[in-house]
Amino acid sequence: MKATVLVRPKAGIKDPQGEAVKGSLKKSGLDIVSVRIGRVVDVELETSDREKALAELEQMSHDLLANPLIESYEIELLEEA
Amino acid sequence: MTPERPKIAVVTFLGSLDDHDAAWALAAMDAEAQLVWHAETELPRGTAAVVLPGGFSYGDYLRGGAIARFAPIMDAVIEFAAAGGLVLGICNGFQILCEARLLPGVLIRNASLSFICRDAMLRVERTDTPFTSRCEQGQRLRIPIKHGYGNFTGDDELLAELEQKHQIVLRYHGDNPNGSAFQIAGVVNENGNVMGMMPHPEHAVDRLLGSADGTLILASLADAARERSATLV
Repeated sequence: MKATVLVRPKAGIKDPQGEAVKGSLKKSGLDIVSVRIGRVVDVELETSDREKALAELEQMSHDLLANPLIESYEIELLEEA
Repeated sequence: MTPERPKIAVVTFLGSLDDHDAAWALAAMDAEAQLVWHAETELPRGTAAVVLPGGFSYGDYLRGGAIARFAPIMDAVIEFAAAGGLVLGICNGFQILCEARLLPGVLIRNASLSFICRDAMLRVERTDTPFTSRCEQGQRLRIPIKHGYGNFTGDDELLAELEQKHQIVLRYHGDNPNGSAFQIAGVVNENGNVMGMMPHPEHAVDRLLGSADGTLILASLADAARERSATLV
């Protein structure tokens, strides 16, 4: 089963990368209010059981893929083709 | 009888860089430094303190320290810390301690986005810890930093709690090199037996190399380890 985990900096947590990119975009003349940079993790799991996959994804996201102190995550399970 | 040379374990992760320097500096403080491989599952018998050294464990992939936190030896380190054992994390070691939740907060990318490698001036905020007992309150220390992810942060609640519980042990004095909240350079856990610091005391142990101020931290740790190993036997 395939899934995508989206990891984002939490609201209120500073994101120096996003700030730098915002500055750069503004210099190029664009009206930018804010830029926040996260991470996309594509995962392929052995299991084809939806519930089991979600439980595993939840655990790996919480324990490793994101640091819940500063990052939020969103799990998207992709339907089997 | 107090053992002359307390045993201090220095963990070598894949990608640790400063393990040998830390061991050398600790030996110069009259400690018996023992390198411990990350794949070990137990600390050496008689370990009185643990040092997690600087470097780029696992290439800093994902987040600094995130992967090292799952190294087999870390279960033993977490158990050791939970039992009140002394643990000092330096730079990448600090990041690992945060990821392992042994210390509060997290170290994100420097505000400048640049890797910084230079001496930093620090101010000692507490001297009642096993890591700063040889320092004086408010003392200025010159100790080098070299990191890309040294910007200490957390949510507002966590940061307020750190201040309130006096867990900030070292602050940058003067300019804030990496953007750390409250100029934080080093923090302890609530029990005061685990400390993390971004500056490298093991690189400031000889005046010939710019500063010997790091000896104050490492000798404090050796003193505390010596006291503890007396009760270990």
